[in-house]
Amino acid sequence: MTSTAITAGTEPVFHLEEEHAHAEGGSTMLGFWLYLMSDCLIFAMLFAAYGVLGGNYAAGPAPKDLFDLDLVAVNTAMLLFSSITYGFAMLTMDKGRVAATQAWLAVTGLFGLAFLSIELYEFAHMIHEGATPQRSAFLSSFFTLVGTHGLHVTFGTIWLVTLMVQVARFGLIEANRRRLMCLSMFWHFLDVVWIGVFTFVYLMGMLR
Amino acid sequence: MPDTLTKFIFGRLTWDSLPLHEPIVVATFVAVALGGIALLGVITYFKLWGYLWREWFTSVDHKKIGIMYMVLGLIMLLRGFSDAIMMRLQQAIAFNGSEGYLNSHHYDQIFTAHGVIMIFFVAMPFVTGLMNFVVPLQIGARDVSFPFLNNFSFWMTVGGAILVMASLFVGEFARTGWLAYPPLSGIGYSPDVGVDYYIWALQVAGVGTTLSGINLICTIIKMRAPGMTMMRMPIFTWTSLCTNVLIVASFPVLTAVLSLLALDRYVGTNFFTNDFGGNPMMYVNLIWIWGHPEVYILILPLFGVFSEVTSTFSGKRLFGYTSMVYATVVITILSYLVWLHHFFTMGSGASVNSFFGITTMIISIPTGAKIFNWLFTMYRGRIRFELPMMWTVAFMLTFTVGGMTGVLLAVPPADFVLHNSLFLIAHFHNVIIGGVLFGLFAGIAYWWPKAFGFKLDPFWGKVSFWCWVVGFWFAFMPLYILGLMGVTRRMRVFDDPSLQIWFVIAAFGAVLIACGIAAFLIQIFVSIRRREALADTTGDPWDGRTLEWSTSSPPPAYNFAFTPVIRDNDAWYDMKQAGYIRPLAGFKPIHMPSNTGTGIILAAFSVALGFGLIWYIWWLAALSFVCLIATAIGHTFNYHRDFHIPASEVTQTEEARTTLLAAQG
Amino acid sequence: MKRFGALLLLPLAGLLSGCDMVVLAPAGDVAAQQRDLLVVSTLLMLIIIVPVMALTVFFAWRYRQSNTSATYAPDWDHSTKLELVIWAAPLLIIICLGALTWLGAHLLDPYRRIDRIEAGQPVTQLHKPLRVEVVALDWKWLFIYPDYGIAAVNELAAPVNQPIDFRITSSAVMNSFYIPALAGQIYAMPGMETKLHAVINRQGTYSGFSANYSGAGFSGMRFAFHGLSDQAFDQWVAQTRTASAALNRDSYLELEKPSENEPVRHYASVDPALYGAILNLCVERGKMCMNEMMSIDAKGGLGLAGVRNTLPLQYDKLARRGAVFGNDPSYVASICTAEEAAAVSRASRDAWPTYWPAKNLSPLRGAGLLRPGTDSRSAEADTPTVGLLRREL
Repeated sequence: MTSTAITAGTEPVFHLEEEHAHAEGGSTMLGFWLYLMSDCLIFAMLFAAYGVLGGNYAAGPAPKDLFDLDLVAVNTAMLLFSSITYGFAMLTMDKGRVAATQAWLAVTGLFGLAFLSIELYEFAHMIHEGATPQRSAFLSSFFTLVGTHGLHVTFGTIWLVTLMVQVARFGLIEANRRRLMCLSMFWHFLDVVWIGVFTFVYLMGMLR
Repeated sequence: MPDTLTKFIFGRLTWDSLPLHEPIVVATFVAVALGGIALLGVITYFKLWGYLWREWFTSVDHKKIGIMYMVLGLIMLLRGFSDAIMMRLQQAIAFNGSEGYLNSHHYDQIFTAHGVIMIFFVAMPFVTGLMNFVVPLQIGARDVSFPFLNNFSFWMTVGGAILVMASLFVGEFARTGWLAYPPLSGIGYSPDVGVDYYIWALQVAGVGTTLSGINLICTIIKMRAPGMTMMRMPIFTWTSLCTNVLIVASFPVLTAVLSLLALDRYVGTNFFTNDFGGNPMMYVNLIWIWGHPEVYILILPLFGVFSEVTSTFSGKRLFGYTSMVYATVVITILSYLVWLHHFFTMGSGASVNSFFGITTMIISIPTGAKIFNWLFTMYRGRIRFELPMMWTVAFMLTFTVGGMTGVLLAVPPADFVLHNSLFLIAHFHNVIIGGVLFGLFAGIAYWWPKAFGFKLDPFWGKVSFWCWVVGFWFAFMPLYILGLMGVTRRMRVFDDPSLQIWFVIAAFGAVLIACGIAAFLIQIFVSIRRREALADTTGDPWDGRTLEWSTSSPPPAYNFAFTPVIRDNDAWYDMKQAGYIRPLAGFKPIHMPSNTGTGIILAAFSVALGFGLIWYIWWLAALSFVCLIATAIGHTFNYHRDFHIPASEVTQTEEARTTLLAAQG
Repeated sequence: MKRFGALLLLPLAGLLSGCDMVVLAPAGDVAAQQRDLLVVSTLLMLIIIVPVMALTVFFAWRYRQSNTSATYAPDWDHSTKLELVIWAAPLLIIICLGALTWLGAHLLDPYRRIDRIEAGQPVTQLHKPLRVEVVALDWKWLFIYPDYGIAAVNELAAPVNQPIDFRITSSAVMNSFYIPALAGQIYAMPGMETKLHAVINRQGTYSGFSANYSGAGFSGMRFAFHGLSDQAFDQWVAQTRTASAALNRDSYLELEKPSENEPVRHYASVDPALYGAILNLCVERGKMCMNEMMSIDAKGGLGLAGVRNTLPLQYDKLARRGAVFGNDPSYVASICTAEEAAAVSRASRDAWPTYWPAKNLSPLRGAGLLRPGTDSRSAEADTPTVGLLRREL
């Protein structure tokens, strides 16, 4: 074995004397980004499915028979506002103000809930009219795409509440800041996806 | 009990769901049950439960998780291979009006299960296990980026495997072929639980695979030892990086497409139906957008293994490291542009077909460059024909043939006559066995001493090698010929008696492969018995070149007492050349992640959720879903997930090694 | 092992000469050209495969550890010239192969009408193509001869040296229509039509089958393909005409039910609208045809008025096509009758659409319903050619 052989002279450095610390959670942001990209791919598939099937109404209703753009505009505003308020939450977090952060998070959560309620109302209305996901391939892909987004918002909201509890109990410690950052990326990501949904499904659907 | 209540509790699960009418399944069940009871008995008798739980099941150590992946792969290989041999037997005897010994209900499940198991639960765990074990060691890290996630990913993969195995004894598996094309896999044509088992097994395992992909990318990007630039990474780490990029960029597609199929089956949506505007062709496209990268996910890390092995056993630097890296990256990117070559016969038009045919051929250029690189690594080397090197040479000879037939199938008009034929079967077994499996055996023989501190017994290894290689040629060359005779795949009975001889030869080849598997198991058993004689105390039994050989075998929990600093892509070779002296003092406490049982608990809830959904036991599905979420949230309230190995313990471990090395001389 | 291998070659050669490699020795010109492409590509690739395999063995032997006389250069790891060669050589081969692929894929596109009967014998005005409509059923094949008004189950006949024009669909699940001796395969898919153009050059009986797994009876989904002389073909047609059975909607629905290992069956007459109805999933009375549905969809659907009108659309969503436990027959009126829709579809199969209807952009909201004064039937007549055929891909 050469590793134990004694050789004289000054040697190049082959190991660090001190413990080489990988920053705690140093990979988390990268990892979360990668997760978001994989999630983005799921949405890409759902968009693709909608792109392929979006015109197959099966002799049933088309987007313009079903969508109420005013309502969707309000809905979009809810989600965009929630992104802004989340931004404020992050700003106050940077200043270390726990109460203000919590307040902004709560506002974000309320906007998220408002978004979900409007979406559920829209779904319920469509289903009541008979435009169920089973009615046509267009409706299947519509409900799946929009519903998957809604499901993400739901989980985001649950996550938000969990984080609020954790911030309340443990304060804005490093781990909690990191978690808030992750949720922030998640929340903005959902916003971006929604802009895609709004444009591609609702606006362009009306033009079909 | 009133009927509705029974239905509420058990969903569509009834006594009739147990395949008691299938003597083969019953016999298998009895054998598995007896074996299982014996195993559990032994574990209980020797009071191993606590040890297994503490040291293995809840471990977040990447080395242990890697080994557990390998064990999973090996167990599932036995299952997948028994399916293979049953198929070979059926096809060898079902001539001249004989129905063979399997009815279509059973046979169709077998070929589906064979494909699903071999890809998802044999090749994937083997490959993931190898990457898990080797990559952190090669880059000089103490563990992966997210150790808990690693444990969770493993147990999700196990969860998927458990669902597939459950389908053997409770209900049935899919009868659709391994990619479950609709409309055949739709609720109208497959109303039973088979396709549901398929969907949920793959979904559960898919979560694990995606997360482990993210984990390994982060590990490679963020955790490299100082001095290891991207272009100084060992080639196996490079191929692992590319594979994990492929995993993260393709498994979500599978998740999405299987979710849509599940919606069609459970909710009655119309994604892939014939009526109401659905489009089954979309499924075929989407699933192959995942499916083609998947085959590169499997083969790329093994290309890495062959590179490491060739370089080590030729005693030479790898020829053309840079072009090897670029070749890998090019393959990674191109693998997304070829999916349509799996269905030229759908009639997409000549220009579309040619585009995908030509992109497919272009992939063979970097692949060819890799083969040449290995060749010129051997050139002017001093080749030691240890077991890993034997597998490598066998790979180079076998894989080139498979590559050639692959390019042949990429020519659309040639594909029209060979698509879905046994020629195609021979082709992909040629590349998967000749590439992936041979590579895995090379990798196992190569890194075994690192994992356990003793080499594998060479005699039984050679027996296994020759059985596999000769058996492979016997089993699949007849399939090439049958393909040229126009015989299609997935047939259960044949009319033309002149075909029989070829199927008999193929069955003989399968028996040889069975001997190869048996010899492999004997090799492990014999090696464990002879571990004193085969022991390697140096930590560097092959005169290795990369960092993993610089630490002890098996490596301590913390891998490296001091974080290494890298100057060259053959880091350990460079250290040996420069007369590196192992530090004997000055050890510091080492920061490590703690074990946790959350991963296994979450996976158990996922299996229960899957089982509930498969059998329409809605209360079970809902309950386990709530538990799943609650456990996940509960886990986030645990902020203390790490500990320090005290300096004294490190000193003790390292001193033990010093004594060993001194005894070595 | 090497010596072993040499010994094995002898019986192998014997075996090989004894078997019928139909893909390498087909009886149809299209398959023969596909075979040629196969052989040429293989030879092209062998230019690189053979040296690689030879070098592997040679290097492995030459640079073995015990051969200390061989050069040993442990740090030699780069040579720009060699790198150039190892990237360029495969590249050149792939350029050749790529060119071959492009040409071959276009010349041998199954949708393209063949332009030669065999080498040196081009298709002329005298060659009237034989039209055959192929339906893959669970688990048998139905062949309809629209020019003769006859049909056969699990038996296909064609005169030699005459172009054959196949139109292929399926009733339930995906299959692949393949006669190795005649031409390459193409998928048969429900609600869609694929095409295959081919010619058989030698008389004989060849085997045809489904090359895509389609369920329990898949193994028995085989048929004989007879390449006949002109007289023999006429005889076959005449013989088929003497059969007692007629193929109409009702007998088709009976035939469509899943069954395995079906014997050959002949039909003396065929409802001319049947194939179009099969293709458009509307053989059952009261079902809306796919082409009708798609042309409605292209105009923006039927709006909320059509939302509950689902029975005419249901085909096989919830139960296996034709199974005994299948849907109850429903008699809800379609927008136009199946016969009308089928007639439209037949008309459209000869004339391809020359234009697409302009999208109606006028109302931005709420009005999916047709405008006053237009009912769907006249709307249908406006654009008779837009329909299912667009979905063929």
